[in-house]
Amino acid sequence: MLLEVRDLHVEFHTREGVAKAVNGVNYSVAEGETLAVLGESGSGKSVTAQAIMGILDMPPGKIAGGEILFKDQDLLKLKPEERRRIRGQEMAMIFQDALSSLNPVLTVGQQLGEMFVVHRGMSRKDARTKAVELMDRVRIPAAKERVGQYPHQFSGGMRQRIMIAMAMALEPSLIIADEPTTALDVTVQAQVMELLAELQRELNTGLILITHDLGVVADVADKIAVMYAGRIVETAPVHDIYKAPAHPYTKGLLQSIPRLDQKGRELYAIKGLPPNLTRIPPGCAFNPRCPMARDVCRSDVPPLYEVDERRRSACHFWKETLDAR
Amino acid sequence: MHADRDESAGTGGAAGSTLLSKARQDAVTPYTEGDPILQVRDLAKHYPLTQGILFKRQIGAVRAVDGVDFDLYAGETLGIVGESGCGKSTVAKMLVHLERPTAGAIRYKGEDIAKLSGRALKAVRRNIQMVFQDPYTSLNPRMTVGDIIGEPYEIHPEVAPKGSRRQKVQDLLDVVGLNPEYINRYPHQFSGGQRQRIGIARGLALNPEIIVADEPVSALDVSVQAQVVNLLDRLQAEFSLSFVFIAHDLSIVRHISDRVGVMYLGRIVEIGSDAEIYDHPTHPYTQALLSAVPVPDPTARDHRERIILHGDVPSPANIPSGCRFRTRCWKARERCELEVPLLAVPAEFRLVDTPARHDSACHFAEEKRVVPPEGELEVPGPAERGSTEREPGEQPGGTVREPGDKPGSAGPGPGQQGSAGGEA
Ligand SMILES: Nc1ncnc2c1ncn2[C@@H]1O[C@H](COP(=O)(O)OP(=O)(O)OP(=O)(O)O)[C@@H](O)[C@H]1O
Ligand SMILES: Nc1ncnc2c1ncn2[C@@H]1O[C@H](COP(=O)(O)OP(=O)(O)O)[C@@H](O)[C@H]1O
Ligand code: SF4
Ligand code: SF4
Ligand SMILES: [Mg+2]
Ligand SMILES: [Mg+2]
Repeated sequence: MLLEVRDLHVEFHTREGVAKAVNGVNYSVAEGETLAVLGESGSGKSVTAQAIMGILDMPPGKIAGGEILFKDQDLLKLKPEERRRIRGQEMAMIFQDALSSLNPVLTVGQQLGEMFVVHRGMSRKDARTKAVELMDRVRIPAAKERVGQYPHQFSGGMRQRIMIAMAMALEPSLIIADEPTTALDVTVQAQVMELLAELQRELNTGLILITHDLGVVADVADKIAVMYAGRIVETAPVHDIYKAPAHPYTKGLLQSIPRLDQKGRELYAIKGLPPNLTRIPPGCAFNPRCPMARDVCRSDVPPLYEVDERRRSACHFWKETLDAR
Repeated sequence: MHADRDESAGTGGAAGSTLLSKARQDAVTPYTEGDPILQVRDLAKHYPLTQGILFKRQIGAVRAVDGVDFDLYAGETLGIVGESGCGKSTVAKMLVHLERPTAGAIRYKGEDIAKLSGRALKAVRRNIQMVFQDPYTSLNPRMTVGDIIGEPYEIHPEVAPKGSRRQKVQDLLDVVGLNPEYINRYPHQFSGGQRQRIGIARGLALNPEIIVADEPVSALDVSVQAQVVNLLDRLQAEFSLSFVFIAHDLSIVRHISDRVGVMYLGRIVEIGSDAEIYDHPTHPYTQALLSAVPVPDPTARDHRERIILHGDVPSPANIPSGCRFRTRCWKARERCELEVPLLAVPAEFRLVDTPARHDSACHFAEEKRVVPPEGELEVPGPAERGSTEREPGEQPGGTVREPGDKPGSAGPGPGQQGSAGGEA
């Protein structure tokens, strides 16, 4: 396994108390595989990613437990410089907002080239040639002329492609893309996702794709991890989950989206709101919103039950959920 | 908002297309039941582009909206979809009189709003209300919910005399599913979905006939989005509202709309019933847009055709001649550069009885189904699919590189949706 997150806990110490943003996350990605992490805003997707990358705000953040195994070594036990090397060369991250993650006062060419200067010891001149190559690679038209332009001179879709170029530059074995297309239009999203998938295939990169879009997940993922209130509530191969979810939250999500191929009927709506993370309900965190909740759900935290060899569900009644299609 | 004198006087595309106007666009007839409640004709909004600081010279215009035509019937929902910057919000603002059109007409029950003033205008404005996109910024953080929802009564006191306002506001809170006791709270005390309900309650305050909703659920999470969409559905039936529902999410638009207009670079390029547009699109842009929407079904990825559009949308300050979509259209020919295609039923479909018979602004309109028919997606299990496909159990199958496997070449694997827009 390329990356394995085991029982990760992250807390934020805030004035209102301790926000348990991540409460026992377990997921894994193999080389060349795409794991989609699905969940609504605030469910802990980005915090988990930041913990993996080692870019968590500490304090107020604090890793309260767990392991992050990358190529069989626990990243949380590494020395800072070793961690930095891995972050620079072996993993890369793509953020939702390309404009704010690119440096506005440096040209795109300088930023792309910098990677080769710092990590590969190239000369500025060679690095610039490399930058043009990369821009070509991600299909920025007239790359040679545009290599000297600043981020704001590119469209949103192009900026995101430049971010992809940057992430891919040193051929990392793991890429984490945090909502890479959420700010983009569908036609541009399609261009960007196609490019990402193509490069991933070529380099056999493991990809963690964070999103709340069930359509994007269905399109590109090999497997899914669904998050709710800082936990993985279900993880399964992509086909299984869409065919028959084994957790009521996943099921609710799938039922609540309008479809392109159907005229509307009333949408199923999960009632209520996600919990405040400083006051997560006892038992199953989903119980106040769950149509199947019973007494045991209000007292006992469901473990991640093994549904089958490749599938887990954190629901006491996963079997009923699975059967009641 | 722009002062009137800043506006470029109806130059370019919109004026040009007036010449080519259709029969529909004839003189005002008195409003009768069954007529459209709103008729929009050749509507345009051009923002001047100026240069110089002291002496501003106009060097061009941003043609944000450039000749939009549509009808809205009583009790129906017209969806308007299109990519960012295509002019949706600008249309919305003109409908509710927040922006003054550069050219064209908005007729409410047959009367051109631009020609109204004083009480007549006020009455029309009361009847067309707006719900805004962003529940986080569209509500004044220093006003209580009661003041926000009741604010329209300051301008239209005849709707609710002072003494009855509190009760009215509480009724509205109840209608949108919020606790009436929240009347004295402030916006930051509510979640995104609740704030959007507040915006909707405010839109309903004056008992309008028409609600223009600009991306009312785009900022919301999936589960909350469903709650608000259902609310809008219910309110429409309850108050027999007509809706103009603007969004970039094509699935939501289909869900909520009776008819749908597709906008590109300031114009509607195709308009029809939801089935006509989604199941029988004839305009290449609509087809590309629909094919780009990821559907929430992993079995679709292998047998769905993707039209990937190349390049970016041109700037509205520099709209291509002829067909404005031609710079990205895989079917573009010489004629597309020379002649502006009209929004009308294409000649080849005019005499046949088919769902393809609806308005589409393309010289070479052709029906092409890009959304798999309802139900089809659920069916095929992995075993029934083609032999080239990866079994779901295989790990991590699709990413293994074949020796001669060029990037983008057909083959199984995640994200293998790359049927390029080059072929038609
Ligand atoms: N006041 C203004 N001055 C100049 N240009 C403007 C102005 N308002 C809008 N525009 C331009 O007009 C075009 C249409 O803008 P509009 O806000 O209507 O787009 P939209 O379809 O609502 O996009 P989105 O989906 O991003 O909300 C854009 O190119 C925009 O930059
Ligand atoms: N720097 C921070 N300080 C305090 N709380 C934070 C910080 N970063 C994230 N959080 C909280 O952690 C929770 C999970 O956030 P995040 O992982 O960003 O969610 P998402 O699933 O939307 O990516 C949220 O409640 C968020 O407010
Ligand atoms: S454990 Fe209980 S409350 Fe939680 S999802 Fe399962 S049935 Fe619902
Ligand atoms: S008119 Fe020509 S360029 Fe425009 S959409 Fe039709 S085929 Fe394409
Ligand atoms: Mg996030
Ligand atoms: Mg807008």
